[in-house]
Amino acid sequence: MVKYDIPSSSERSEDKDTEWSVVKPAAFTYHRAYDVNDTIAQLAELGPDAKILAGGQSLVAMMNFRLARPSALVDITRIGGLDFLAKDAGGLRIGALTRHRTVETTKVDGFEVLSKAARWIGHYPIRCRGTFGGSIAHGDSTAEWCLLTVLLEAWIVLQGPRGRREVPATEFFHGFFMTAAEPDEMIVEVRFPRPAPHAALTEFSQRQGDFAVVAASARLDLAENEILTSRIVLGGVGPQPAVVDVDLAGQPANEETWRAAGEAAAAQVDPPSDGHGSGAYRKKLTATLVARALAEAAA
Amino acid sequence: MTSIGERLARKEDPRLLRGLGRFGDDQDRPGQLWMRVVRSPLAHGRLVSISKPEGAHVITAEDVPPGVRIPVRLKVQGIDLDDHLQPVLAADEVRYVGEPVAVVLADDPYEAEDLAELVQVDIEELPVTVDTADGTQAAEFELGYGDVEAAFGEAGHVVRIEFEVGRHSAVPLEPRALLADVDPASGALQIFGMTKVPVFNRDVLATMLGIDENLIHVHAMDAGGGFGVRGEFYPEDFLVPWLAWTLRRPVKWVEDRAEHLVAVNHSRQQKHVISAAFDNEGTLLGLKDDVLHDNGAYARTHGIIVPELTLAMLPGPYRVPAFHGRVRVMLTNKTPCGTYRAPGRFEGTSVREQLLDVAADQLGIDRVELRRKNLLTADELPHTRAMSTLGTDVVLDSGDYPGLLDKAMVEADRLGYLSRLESLRAQGHAAGLGVAMFLEKSGLGPQETADVTVSTSGAVRVHSGGTSLGQGIETILAQVTADALDIDPAVVTVINGDTVLQPFGGGSWASRSTVVGGSAVHRAAVAVRERAVRMASRMLEVAEEDLEIKAGMIGVRGAPGSSVSYADVAKACRPGSPYLGPDEPAGLTARRRFEVEHMTYPYGVHVALVDVDTGTGHVEVLRYLVAYEVGRAINPTLVEGQLLGGVAQGVGGALLEEFRYDEAGQPQAVTFMDYLMPTAAEVPRIDVLVAQDAPAPGNPLGVKGAGEGGLTAAGAVIAGAIRDALGLTGSVGRLPMTAERVRGLIEEGT
Repeated sequence: MVKYDIPSSSERSEDKDTEWSVVKPAAFTYHRAYDVNDTIAQLAELGPDAKILAGGQSLVAMMNFRLARPSALVDITRIGGLDFLAKDAGGLRIGALTRHRTVETTKVDGFEVLSKAARWIGHYPIRCRGTFGGSIAHGDSTAEWCLLTVLLEAWIVLQGPRGRREVPATEFFHGFFMTAAEPDEMIVEVRFPRPAPHAALTEFSQRQGDFAVVAASARLDLAENEILTSRIVLGGVGPQPAVVDVDLAGQPANEETWRAAGEAAAAQVDPPSDGHGSGAYRKKLTATLVARALAEAAA
Repeated sequence: MTSIGERLARKEDPRLLRGLGRFGDDQDRPGQLWMRVVRSPLAHGRLVSISKPEGAHVITAEDVPPGVRIPVRLKVQGIDLDDHLQPVLAADEVRYVGEPVAVVLADDPYEAEDLAELVQVDIEELPVTVDTADGTQAAEFELGYGDVEAAFGEAGHVVRIEFEVGRHSAVPLEPRALLADVDPASGALQIFGMTKVPVFNRDVLATMLGIDENLIHVHAMDAGGGFGVRGEFYPEDFLVPWLAWTLRRPVKWVEDRAEHLVAVNHSRQQKHVISAAFDNEGTLLGLKDDVLHDNGAYARTHGIIVPELTLAMLPGPYRVPAFHGRVRVMLTNKTPCGTYRAPGRFEGTSVREQLLDVAADQLGIDRVELRRKNLLTADELPHTRAMSTLGTDVVLDSGDYPGLLDKAMVEADRLGYLSRLESLRAQGHAAGLGVAMFLEKSGLGPQETADVTVSTSGAVRVHSGGTSLGQGIETILAQVTADALDIDPAVVTVINGDTVLQPFGGGSWASRSTVVGGSAVHRAAVAVRERAVRMASRMLEVAEEDLEIKAGMIGVRGAPGSSVSYADVAKACRPGSPYLGPDEPAGLTARRRFEVEHMTYPYGVHVALVDVDTGTGHVEVLRYLVAYEVGRAINPTLVEGQLLGGVAQGVGGALLEEFRYDEAGQPQAVTFMDYLMPTAAEVPRIDVLVAQDAPAPGNPLGVKGAGEGGLTAAGAVIAGAIRDALGLTGSVGRLPMTAERVRGLIEEGT
């Protein structure tokens, strides 16, 4: 019989009741911030391994798998005044702590694409907890908000110890979960400069609510049936949202244009392969989904 | 009054729906230690060293009794697998990612998890085998009958396809959990959390620990689903009780989902090359199948029963004059395999039915007509096939296979499947209809034992050897008891899976609980009834023949008011009662055994309507019909529930779920983001037709098992529907039919 140096039950039952820890992540410290400056000060003090906790819908799952191991979390969910959609000089500002569900249920003229696209985000409970700014900060290349900020050429507003700065979304996403935000900076809002009445996002995943295998978004300016300008942004085909170099200006808004644009977009991408789809399949999806996004944008 | 056939509300539900169920993780003991398993991060290698972090209690193979390996529960075909059994902790070599190499004990589960992470396992890598064909052959055997070569020699047409079924398995809502504690008063090891086959597991454990089996008490528990994987004897089923026994401390272990997906039995992975010989009229002359079965790194408790069932059930409900099947069981550096609901039948039915679809097209015969033509008719039953499976002869007992096929097609039409198909096609959709016929098996013996006892209040207790896995077996057994005693099922309490209360139980698996367990309960209840009548005749001073039982009262026929209740009789059975004879045992109770040599064979038809998105390859299952013959439905609602759940799992296996591995043997589906269980959005609307046209002749209730028939033909029918939607001439080739594979077939065709 093997002997181990383990205290007998009578020795230890006194000093501990039967409350167990039922958490999974690696150890971290938890901090709460009550305003933006407080957040920034705490991030500076806690160092580069500290992370902001907002809705927690991506970060906490990664922590539970111990794939993310932040040394500290700064919970910003009690900060007031960052949960808003506001029309602003023809554009739209969305506060960083605005829940996906709020965007989904708020119709803003010229920005219908945002509320429509929100239904692709996870499941209802996820949409009720996850935040707009959190999704941008996480920087998943298939995330609906990441794609749409690039599509609509939005500005990411950051605040840090060196003050406030605005980074164009087109320069914000640097690769897999990498962004232009410094560890001591916090996203406070996202600014969309102008409306996009003809815009759409569509995507494909095998099950409802999963991460997109490929997501396609498109924006058009139309005069009657002619395309004045076009913009197409893809997710799931590379480490960050990919702007497709296809200019549809001057072409008719019809099925043939959409199909050809889809083919052209597919020809431009060289997507990675993983368990959810090979690169070759992602190219086929790109062709299909770009055509569908354009058709929906024009409708 | 009969309770059989009633849609009685489940007796389990008042506790389960109010959160009062007792599941594995609900048990705690003061002073318990928490166990965390350290698992191999590599698929194959020599174990060089395991470093134990300062102050941590780490147990490795050096500490466990030497040579402890998990035995095969069901030995069949005389094949010895002793060289391939899994040790409880890897000693020299690791053979799959997830294999237990050590365990850590701590006062808190979180601390145990942190410490386990600090255990450094040094492994010298060895070549990894992922492809089944490159594996080590653990077994090879053949099953069959008739002159197959002659059948193919004289055939007008031979149809041959290759078909693969992907590796997937059961994922019960509740992961595994175990608590073991030594009761200081009795000295017995108390175990909470073993399900499915508690008596068998008790005996295995007693042998491993070298103690008397009555020093082990496995308690009745609720379980959040079993489906074949939960409750088999795994390494943890030794480690937790052994540690508790050795350390004299309660030990608890709760599996997390990431562990579950690499630790419990995987299933299904097979590659078939199947051919059928037909004459010019489309009559089947012979069937041949060559199967490569991937069993992962070890032979576990199921041994080779999945490949055996694959072959034994392959001819299905058809008239197959000659059959030959060969299977090679290969070991690879992947999680070991076992049974998953409808083991061998999901695989074989997928392959055979796809072959028939291809054959129908090649022969120019309607696929339903081809099946009808070759189904065994009611007149041909019972039908004996000169093969054995699970140690029993294959004797198809009763049924009307063509009759059920016709019923199913009429029902599908009545429900609008065919008109919907036409209208979708008219709108340009790639829509398709699948039809698949299958044979199931159920009611495996050799025995089940049950005790039925009436208390002095009139309450009735049943101690059965089944286990409550969420299937509603307590309700079913209460209905069987109430029917035999002619009482209200509300007074019956059923306790399943407690090894002290029922030391001879066979467990809940192989669709056997209602058939074999129910028949044992029926016999015990009938014995109690007979004893009650005997006692009542003494109490009322009338002959037994003059007594009748109505609504729980035993009375004199034709003399209302002259009667006794079961409670009265139970009181009259107490020690000291004047009604008891000198050597007559006290109590109104009976233990009876039901023994059965052969299984009973349910059968069914699945019909599915799908719509394929040709741009993405996405398959939407729009409608799904299951027609299933169960002999007699004790509770039709529960039969329907079994079928609905089976379809949901079948849709997963047909379209979504797969445990993929990379070349290094690293599992690629270790979370629910990658292992795609169908959700409510993916599960179709399901129609159910429960047939009770062919009672089983081999048991007193006439029942056939209902546990698996919702799943058996799901791969077959969805593959057939996709093939129909895409207008393929050949086979779809492989399950699961992921969107990517479907999209590929649209491009390439076959």
